[in-house]
Amino acid sequence: MNFFIESRKILLLALLVYGALKVLFVFGLLSQYIEQITLFSFIMIIASLGLNVIYGYTGQFSLGHAAFYGIGAYTSAYLTKVFEIEGVIPFLPALLLSGLLTGCAGYVIGIPILKLRDDFLAIATLGFGTLFRVLLDNSDKFAEALGGSRGFVGIPRITNLELTLSVTVFLILITRNLIFSRYGLFWRSIKADELASVSIGIDTAKMKLMAFSYGCFLAGIGGGLYAHLYTFLHPSNFDILKSIDFLIIVIIGGMGSITGTIYAGLIWVGFIEGLRIVLPAEMLDLRWVIIPLLLILLMMWKPYGLITKRSR
Amino acid sequence: MEITGYLLQQFINGLQLGAVYALIALGYTMVYGVLRLINFAHGDIFMLGAFIAYYLISKFAIPIYLVFIITMFCTAGVGYIIEKVAYKPLRGAPKISLLITAVGVSLFLEYFLSLNAIFTANYIGFPRPFEVVNYDLSLFTVTNIQILIFATTGVSLVLLYLLIYRTKQGKAMRAVSYDQEVAALMGINIDRTISFTFMVGAALAGVGGILYGIAYPQINVFMGVMPGIKSFIAAVLGGIGIIHGAVIGGFIIGISEVFVSAFLSSTFRDGVIFVILFLVLLLKPSGIFGKRIEKV
Repeated sequence: MNFFIESRKILLLALLVYGALKVLFVFGLLSQYIEQITLFSFIMIIASLGLNVIYGYTGQFSLGHAAFYGIGAYTSAYLTKVFEIEGVIPFLPALLLSGLLTGCAGYVIGIPILKLRDDFLAIATLGFGTLFRVLLDNSDKFAEALGGSRGFVGIPRITNLELTLSVTVFLILITRNLIFSRYGLFWRSIKADELASVSIGIDTAKMKLMAFSYGCFLAGIGGGLYAHLYTFLHPSNFDILKSIDFLIIVIIGGMGSITGTIYAGLIWVGFIEGLRIVLPAEMLDLRWVIIPLLLILLMMWKPYGLITKRSR
Repeated sequence: MEITGYLLQQFINGLQLGAVYALIALGYTMVYGVLRLINFAHGDIFMLGAFIAYYLISKFAIPIYLVFIITMFCTAGVGYIIEKVAYKPLRGAPKISLLITAVGVSLFLEYFLSLNAIFTANYIGFPRPFEVVNYDLSLFTVTNIQILIFATTGVSLVLLYLLIYRTKQGKAMRAVSYDQEVAALMGINIDRTISFTFMVGAALAGVGGILYGIAYPQINVFMGVMPGIKSFIAAVLGGIGIIHGAVIGGFIIGISEVFVSAFLSSTFRDGVIFVILFLVLLLKPSGIFGKRIEKV
């Protein structure tokens, strides 16, 4: 109960957002497309928050976040297919289970690779992402339902505004509380100085693993919601470009900032989809020319991220 | 007898692929040596080398030795520009910012060049500059393409060795990779040395691109991604920052890839390379030839 009282402001704000969006959707003021994009931006916020815990708060760089997002998406889609889930309420345990499984996957992967640092960690996570893509492309060989390189089809559309918004708000609150708990303190101290953290008695290996698997859990939940929003999954949705998407959101939002991630998620999805509207169809390829350019300029201008001020 | 011949044949094919990986891996390892940066754009310079050679051969019908020289100068120029524009402003910035920039440069090159107005994203047939001849050596056959690849790689390696260990510029490169600050105190121009290293690495990647185009005559703007990553793994395997380590690593990666495709399945060949990477990073992060235990 305390949990809800302490965060009443945020809950009230979420309720307001819900009311406003519901009115807009019910009266058909926004098109189906915009509705989908809005839900998608919440999903991106959840998954990016995961990367922010891993990279922004704990300082462990990852280029393979999309793989965990993909694990969550494929697991939840497989679960709904096997158990023939169609409603929101029976979907919740499936979503939670796929998130937990993704967290476990993150734990198992994290044990070896979190021993590495900086650019070696980057190349190892990139390697994992590439391996995962190869696995997905050949997934129909061991489980026909996963579809391999043809894609996973026939997922029921379950994700709606109520589900997405409540999951997003709930996870944001949990993440905030975790960050300000003693574990969050350990994570931030590892980011500031790993050696010093060891010397004051923090079990850095364990804490890094914890942050990594929690971040992967968030990615898994995001992936599960994504699968049941677009009802179609393809291996190309979970490659390095997707990981770059999350990375950009974390960087724009400022590393180690929850509100920053929320704003950046909304801005980024709006920007990407805006480009889709503004650019004529034959120029759509220009998007992936503009995005890396933005990334380069962003790094030159503000190497520590945009929205938050640099600490220290 | 049959099986020995087959094994030897696969070994030769592996050497052919490994030679290309070795040429790319050298650029990674040298740049990592002086700048402590994984230059993700290096694989795209390799791709650019193949494309420049394609235009030189198919549009201008230039003799093959001139193609090599012109391509090397072009890719070296591109390497110089990338370093000056993208990486130099970030000297002293956090390591990860530099890495993100490198990823950005790589994506930019790929998607910019894949626009329909430029190279398009389609596969293009690479013109063979000469007829393929098979030399039958009883147990296995060698093509003249393979001989060209081995000869070119050999010459490049000898020249690189002479450059690094017998010239003043090479001494400067070694000094910068050993300790940047002290090298600056000794009067070495750090920025110029870093630029020079990028140019040498890019020229070698350009050579690799031409050889790859001749050996596997299908080119595409995204062709540099996987060879790039694999060559980087080769550099890590041999011990990053160590010149001969990169060469040996390249050959090991090339041979294992060919053997996995020949005896298991070609779908697993990328997977096996990453398994090698994980094993190296976990068992001996400093690589085969790395002496210093790095704090990884």
